[in-house]
Parts: sequence; structure tokens; C-alpha cells
Amino acid sequence: MSVFNQSRKNVIRLIFVGMFLIIIVRLFSLQVVSSKYKIMAEDQGIFRKVVYPDRGLVFDRNKKAILQNATIYDLMITPNKLKGVDTAGICNILNLTREQFNKKVVEVIIKNGRTRASVFEALLNEDKMAMLNESLYKFAPGFYLQERSVRAYPFDAAANVLGYTAEVDTNFLKKYPKDGYVAGDYAGMTGIERSYEKVLMGERGIEYWKRDNKNRLTEKMEGGEFDTVAVAGQNLFTSIDIELQALGEKLMQNKLGSIVAIDPSTGGILAMVSAPTYQPKYLAGNERRKHFSELFLNPARPLLNRTVSASYAPGSTFKTLQALVGLHEGVIDTKFSVSCSGAFYGCGSGRPMKCLDYGTFDMLHAITLSDNTYFATVMQKVINNPKYPNIDSSLAVWNRYMHAFGLGKKLGVDVPSEKTGMIPTPAFYNKTYGQGKWNYCTFRSVSIGQGEVTTTPIQVANEMAYIANKGWYVTPHVVDSIEGGDKFGILAQYRKRNNAIDIPDSIFEVVHEGMQAVIDRGTGAGARVPGIAVCGKTGTVENYFRGVKQPNHSFFCAFAPRDNPKIAIMCVVENSGRFGGTYAAPIIGLMIEKYLKDSIVDKGRLANLERLSNLNLIPPRVYAEMRTQDSIRHSKDSAYLMSKGYIKMIKDTLGLDDDEVKKEDIDQMKKDKQDKKNDPKDSIAKAEAILPAEKKKPTLPDTTTTN
Amino acid sequence: MSQHKPIITKGVDWVIIWLYAIICCIGLVCIFSVEFKGNDQFFQSLFAFKKNYSKQMMFFCFSIVLAIFILLTDSKFFTATPNILYIIGILLMSATFVFGKNVSGSRSWIPLGFMNLQPVETCKIFTALALSKYLAQPGTDFTKTRSHAIAAGICFLPIVFSLLQNETGLALVYFAFLLPMYREGLPAGYLILGASLGVLLVVTLLVPTTQLLIAIAIIAAACIFFLWRKIKRNRNLLVIIISVWGISALFAGVAVPFLFRSVFQKYQADRIFSMVGRDNPFIEADPNTVSIEDAAANKKKKDDKENYNVKQSKIAIGSGGFAGKGFLKGTQTQGDFVPEQHTDFIFTSLGENFGFIGTTILMLLYMAFLLRVIVIAERQRSTFSRVYAYSVAGLMFFHIAVNICMTIGLAPVIGITLPLMSYGGSSLLTFTILIFILVKLDSDRQMVLR
Repeated sequence: MSVFNQSRKNVIRLIFVGMFLIIIVRLFSLQVVSSKYKIMAEDQGIFRKVVYPDRGLVFDRNKKAILQNATIYDLMITPNKLKGVDTAGICNILNLTREQFNKKVVEVIIKNGRTRASVFEALLNEDKMAMLNESLYKFAPGFYLQERSVRAYPFDAAANVLGYTAEVDTNFLKKYPKDGYVAGDYAGMTGIERSYEKVLMGERGIEYWKRDNKNRLTEKMEGGEFDTVAVAGQNLFTSIDIELQALGEKLMQNKLGSIVAIDPSTGGILAMVSAPTYQPKYLAGNERRKHFSELFLNPARPLLNRTVSASYAPGSTFKTLQALVGLHEGVIDTKFSVSCSGAFYGCGSGRPMKCLDYGTFDMLHAITLSDNTYFATVMQKVINNPKYPNIDSSLAVWNRYMHAFGLGKKLGVDVPSEKTGMIPTPAFYNKTYGQGKWNYCTFRSVSIGQGEVTTTPIQVANEMAYIANKGWYVTPHVVDSIEGGDKFGILAQYRKRNNAIDIPDSIFEVVHEGMQAVIDRGTGAGARVPGIAVCGKTGTVENYFRGVKQPNHSFFCAFAPRDNPKIAIMCVVENSGRFGGTYAAPIIGLMIEKYLKDSIVDKGRLANLERLSNLNLIPPRVYAEMRTQDSIRHSKDSAYLMSKGYIKMIKDTLGLDDDEVKKEDIDQMKKDKQDKKNDPKDSIAKAEAILPAEKKKPTLPDTTTTN
Repeated sequence: MSQHKPIITKGVDWVIIWLYAIICCIGLVCIFSVEFKGNDQFFQSLFAFKKNYSKQMMFFCFSIVLAIFILLTDSKFFTATPNILYIIGILLMSATFVFGKNVSGSRSWIPLGFMNLQPVETCKIFTALALSKYLAQPGTDFTKTRSHAIAAGICFLPIVFSLLQNETGLALVYFAFLLPMYREGLPAGYLILGASLGVLLVVTLLVPTTQLLIAIAIIAAACIFFLWRKIKRNRNLLVIIISVWGISALFAGVAVPFLFRSVFQKYQADRIFSMVGRDNPFIEADPNTVSIEDAAANKKKKDDKENYNVKQSKIAIGSGGFAGKGFLKGTQTQGDFVPEQHTDFIFTSLGENFGFIGTTILMLLYMAFLLRVIVIAERQRSTFSRVYAYSVAGLMFFHIAVNICMTIGLAPVIGITLPLMSYGGSSLLTFTILIFILVKLDSDRQMVLR
């Protein structure tokens, strides 16, 4: 009866097949064509967990660990699991008010969302850690502790050499976009933490975890088949002698300045003291931020690594180099002598350069007694050497010597932020005075290490190594070797000798002789070490801070023993007043003794050590600045209180005598005025603050006396 | 004949049985992959019947037993009892109002101890048989409107019960009976009317009501204008145009809003609107929410939740790629991202683990199954068997098409199962019975049946 409907079976078949075709086409577009869903699935189903390797350790030359890792804990929070958590307890332990707690939670949610765990309090200190661990069950699952490795300093020394690590900021990420850092990572910021960052950081591992609908990690993908293992950072073996370093830091406490000691045969840095320094753990723990701003704002600038970043006029230590140049250029011989009748009159009598000792000096005595006139004459002969057509070329020759000695350029030390120092070139004088409008007399004070010339402490120490080695040096470096090999080729530059100009040993012998005499019977007697032939040179450096003459820097550089030298060392004590022999020489004597004899036993010398350590030679200028800072802060606070009407309230309640307050105010104002006189410019210290200011001005007083 | 020597396999269509078994096994594998986690004790949980896959295994065994029973039953039983079975089915559905167990918001389940029975599911069998019986009656002339009405009544009575039980999805399944009716000569006009109403419904959902009413009026006016000459000759045409315009306007302006406000649950209305990418315009402002922003935020939150299932389902299927991630290696399946994955969304597990290859094979299997059912239907000598076979095909097709379209985002989420694949005793047993009655009827096709 329904035969006439036979055709309808085909319609039905068509509908069926059509529907399945639609579904298959849709499945094809969903599963094969579109990659959107794969990405979405990976985003929600797979968690890429970054495994941070341990940073490499750092050892000193005796294989003692001077920088290692300690485990510390972060308190992690998962905001959507906070329900039922004893938040009041957390607030108690962390010393937070309810409002602060809520604010922190909101910040965390904004940063990382509700369901993901983020750091609530980073790097807990031991007390908080203990309290939290005890009652952690009360705070679960909203809070948990996560292990993290932080840097630890077993010797509490060498802060400026080792540097610190810190969370990378946006600037850092912009600067190193290809190094794979992400926000929240830690990276070395200064010291060898910075310069050997690639070596120390190791290789981060990646684990792929499956994640469920509640955002929990369930198991590793494919049992960890796709994971890459984290490779721990490589260990560094340095040439630092941590005990020598600690002694140096002790000697330099309450002083501004540096000590740099180098092993001349290898160029390895034995000690690198920058004073004032800080406890390295201050910048490793959870109170880093607080300590950082404190250290950063300190006018004594403890964060500045003076050994490489500060430059000073080298003073009389520069004279030994002039002797080398003079002898090698042949403008003088060892017999050459100059008599000083009170001053250097080689440039007329207008502004003579005084000498302290009257009489006639040959090379030996000139070095021993640091005679200004002698070296002014020597350099005059070099510059006015008829061999060269004009002063430009003769000064260029002189420049070449200075470069060969490692001055006026970056040495390439493996500690960051090295400064070049300054060796005046013909171009510099042409620019300052104009072509042909200058001659030797314009810059004669350069001959005795004053005026336009500046050097960094590491350059001076390196120059000692150069003299000790009789004509070559290896670029100073902290790291001797890297455990597991130098994959990045950083150390190759510290393996070769630099000897740009070949100066015969005989010339060095003369200079050595003079330098030994400095210790034995000259200005550097303070550096004498019983039983060791020390060669040294004092320097007393005049300097100016913002145009105001400051107390002299005390300079001393030396190497020892004279035959087969093991240590080349320099010390500068800023603004200590007196002469180079007064403070710097005995400090160096003790350092040399410690290094060569391993310990100081003589009671007299130990007493001297204590005396020097306890000396406070921080210039009053720094204290004044500290006071200014305090008063700025204070006046800001006062202004705030005043504006809020609190001052009156306080006075009313305390019943303070108005007159007394006024008197104090007046005192403060007077002091401020004085400070202003001292500091015509801003009172915030700049990096160049410790350099002699106005160094480019030709109006340098020429009544320089050096010792 | 076979009555003396009852060999149950005699005349049985093995193709259908093999396809049935293969699809059931794929279903078991998929349910297993949803639930099995790497560290489970496989055999222990298989025989403890605590896990869904072990329970499904049990249901499958039970189904085989049931299938054998059906094959052993005399096929006359099925032609003789439909009316009484249909009444029992209706009574069972009414019984849910008394004994009903509340499972996720609908009281459509009767607890039987070892499993929960859903009469709406089982009633499909009875309805199919009853429809076949009615259409096979010698007195039925299916060219008459009266017969159409009675047949529709048989099919749509269970819908009323389903709607009363808040099982809209299952109610829609009964529209599958239009397929056998169409095959038996239901005038295409009904279907065209139905399709037009369907189009109008979709348009109503897409276009705001006022604009739609204006548009309908303009179309009507245009028709009258262009057909003016014909209308002059034949006044009836005007009456037809005006009545069509009136019905359309009533449908768009009154019926659809009524449907969405009063018949559908709010979540269902929201789902349908989320399908067409619009906010539910029939939503009434919640008197508790004061500010507009709050209301908007609430609505957005709800939308996200509504779309969550479909989004997760699409992610799971889409991330399977061409060849799939491999058995038990699907991250979305293992991470429990897809809600209701073992029941309504079982297809996602297949899609993720076995990729496009797996899903296409399953589609081809289903298609082969349905086409085979049509082949069987067309070779029947009795109207009863043919109508019944088309009922089975219709029901299966509706379930498969809607379920899979819902997992790949082509249809709104209505809770209907994927035949033979989804977890659940009711669904598996229902389809087993449906299919094996067909197999039995087919095996006896040489006998003259009523």
C-alpha cells in the first residue's frame, strides 16, 4: 500500500548520509584544520614547570667555599583556596594588619590570578619560618611553603667581589631578551655573580605536568619523557685568599678606600677590598630591599666597588713609571741627577713645584725620597725629546708607554663596572687649550701623578705586578678556573701575558732598587716586613671635592718579595690626611706578611694591626652628608606633621618650651647653611663624587707637595 | 518450520549484530579511558563493580542475555502486545510522579535497586511498537488526516509526560517518529510546514521580535502587491496570504516568547540562545539584583558556565588532532576537564584519544548501522516490521546526530545519550531491546505477520 512511497527511502538515506557528512566535515575542521584547540588544551591541560638548578658555588684559592647556597622558604598563597583558612593566624605571624593582608591578597590576585599559587611572602627568615611550619596545617590549602635556594656567605666577606643576586626587573628583561629570563627569576647583579652569570646559573630544566580541571598537577607527561633535566651551575675557583680578604676588610673598616692584591705571576686577584663594605648577607635575605636602599643612600657609598670603579690621581706612585719611561727612552741614564734648591724651576719661577728635600738626587735617591723636581725634569726631557717632531708626537709616545703599563684603558678585569681612569692625550689637551697653545709646563704636575691623570686602584696594583714581573702583566682576574670547563671562553683572555713594549730587565733592576730603598730607608718604612725584601712606593694625593681641597689620600703600592715576587699590592685610604707612608704603608706591610707568612705572630705588629683597624678615617664630609640626608628626611617629616597640624598638637600635649624649639631650629638652619657652603651643588652624592673635581680646569694649584 | 527446531541464529542479520557489538566495545573503551587513572588496580576495580566501566561491562553482559531472550521469544509476541505495552509505558511514566527519584533536577527515574529505570527511555520501545501496530492495522488509511492525528497522538503523548518531568531533551527524541510516518506517506506538506516553523523559530531567535514582525508584515504586503492581479481573479489567495501572515506573526510574537518563558526551563532557553550567539531576550530581570552592572556581571558569569561544557568538549575533541593522543594519554580526559564525560560527552574521549581517524571510523560505523537498518526495513514484507525498523532508524539517528552535534558545538546541549556508547544502563538496554526486536522481526520476515 505504500509502494508509491518507495522513493522516500532514498530521501531518508540522503538525509542520513548528509548529516554524517556534515559531522565529519565539522570534525575535520575541528581536529585537523584548527590548531586553536590544541593550544587551548595544552594551556589548560599541561603545565610547564621550570626547575631551577642550584647556582654554582665559589671557592677561594685554598678551595674554601666563599659563596654557597642555603635553603630558604617562600610562603606561597593560592587565593581561591583561602576559604576556611585561619588568616588571622597568618597575620599574627607575619605582623600584618587585616588591611595589609587584604591588600597583599588583592595584589597577588591581580598579578597571578585566583587559582594559581604565587609568592605571598618571599624568603622567610628563620623565626617566621619556624612559627609557620608549626601551624601550617591550619593554613592549608590556601598557604604552603616552597623551598628556594638563596646565596650564603660562609666568611661574611668579599661582598663587593662576589656581588649579589636579585630578582630581575623589566629593564633587565629588556636588556637581555634572548637569555630566557622571565619575571621572578633571579640573576647576578654585581660582582662575579654578574660577570659569570651564564656559568653560575646553570641550565634550567623543564618538566611537563598534567593538570586537572581544578588546576592541580596530577602526574608527569609520559612519565617525564619530554622533560629536560636541570643542570646545576658550574663552580668557580677563584684566586681570592679569603683570609687575606677578611684581614684587608678588617684593616679598612671605618675608612674609605681600597686594597687590591694580585699574584703577579698569574694575574689572579688575591684580595679586593673596597671600603666601606657591607655584610654580603644583607643583600641575600628577605630584607634585601630595606638594606639595599639603606646601602644605596649611604653617602660613604658601600655599594661602589672602589677597586675598579673609583679613580684617583695616582700621586707619587706614578713616579716609578716615569723612571722606566725616561730610562727606556734614553733621555736619562742611571747616573743622571737633578738638584733641588727648593722647587722645580724648569718652567720658570711663576708657580714652582716644591720639593721637601733639598739637595742633589740621582735616580735611586729620587725614588727613595720621592723627589718631585727629579721626575718633573725627567718627564720634561721625555716630552721635549728632540727625537720627536712636536709635543703631540712625544706625548703620544708617552701615552703608548702608559697603555703598555695598563693605564688609561679598561684592563678587562672580570669584575663589572670597571673604569678607564685617565691618561691625558694630545687630543685631550688640544681640545682643552687649543692646538699649539699648550706645552709641557701646562701639565707638568702629571709627571708626579697629579693633575689630569687618574688611575683606578686595580690599575695601580696591576702596574706593580708589571714592575715586579719586569715588563709584563696578566690581566687581573678573580676566577682562575671553572669546574667542568670554560664553556663560554671567558678565561682565555686571562691566560696571556701583556708586554706591549719590551723594556730590558736592567732598567727594572734600577727601579726595584729604588723601591726597595723606599721601604728600607725612605718614605715607606711602615711597610717593612721582617725577613722579606719588599719593594714599594708611597703616594700622597692631593684632591678636591667640588672644588674644595680635601685632606690628602694616602697611597701605597708594593710588591714582594723582590726576587720571585708573589704579591703585588696597592692600598688607598681616602682623605686620611698625612702622607702615604702613614696609613697605607703599614696596612700593606701587614697584608704582605699575612699572605707570605700565612699569619702575623709578632705582638707589636698585632697591636699595630688592631690600632690600624680601629682608626676611624672617614672624612667629616661624609658625616656631614649623612646629617644633611637625615635633616632632609627630618624636615620632610616635619613639613608633613606641620601641614597636618600635628606639631602644634604635640607641643600642646608635651608642654614644650617654645623658645627651646626655636633655638634648635636656628641651630639647624645654621648647620644647613654651613652644609650648603660646603656643598654648592646638590647634596646627593654622585659616582664621581670622590674624584678630584674640576680636574679638567687648568687652574690647578701648582704648589703641590708630594711625598 | 523453525518452531520445532528453534535455532536462535536462524535468519539473523549478522551485520547489524557485529556493528552493535563493535560500537558497544568502543563505548566501553571510551568509558574506561575517562575513568581509568594510571595508578588504578584494573582487575580489582573491574570485578568490584564500583567503577563506571565495570558497571557498564555488567550492563553489556546483561544486554547480551536480554538479546538472547528476545531472539528466543516468538516474534508474534511483539505484534500482539504493543497496545498493552504502550499503556504500561504510559503508566510507568505516570508512576514517576509518585515513586520518582530525583536525579539532577528531574524526577524521571524509578529506582529498581540494582539500577535506575528511566521510563521515558523505555517508553520509546513501546511507542515504536504501538506506532507500528497502528500503522499496520488493515483499517488504517494513512492518507487520511484522522490517521495522521492518531499516529501523532501515539508518538506525542509521551512528550507531555517528559515535559512534565523536566526532560525536554528526551521529549524532543519523540519527534524522531516523524521519520517512519514520513516513510509511510505522511504528506510532505506537514514536514514543509514544520520546517517553515523551524526556520521561523530560528529567525525569531536571531532577530528581535519587533523587527521581525515588521519584516513579516512587509513581506505579506509585498506578496499582496505583486500578486494583486491573481488575487483579483482568486480571492482565496488573499485569504491564504493573510492567514499565513497572521500565523507567522502569532508564532513569532506570541508562541515563541511563550515557549521560552513558560515551557522551557531558563537554563534550556539560555543554552538555545547561546547556540545562536545571543543573550536570552526573554530573561526577566531578577528583582534581587539592583544595579545594571551586577545583572550584567551575573549574566556573563552564567554565560561562561553555560558555554563551559561545550568549550571543554570542543577543546578535548579538537586537541585530538588527526591521529589522536593515544589511548589513556588524553590530557583533557585525564584531567576531568569535560563535565559528564562518561555519559553525554563520551564522544569527546574518543575524539581526544583517537583523533579524527577514530571519530570518522565511529561515524562510518554508525552510518553503516543506520543504512543497514534501512536495508532491513525495506526488505520487510509486513508494514509492522517496516514501520518498526524505520522507528529504530529514526530514534538512533536523532540520538546520534543531536548528541554529536552538541559535543562539536553544532547543537544546543540537551541531555541525550550517544546510543550504545554512553554510560548508563537505561540507555544501553533500551537500544539493545530496540535493535534486537528488529533483528528478531527481521529473522522471521519470511513469515506473514500482521
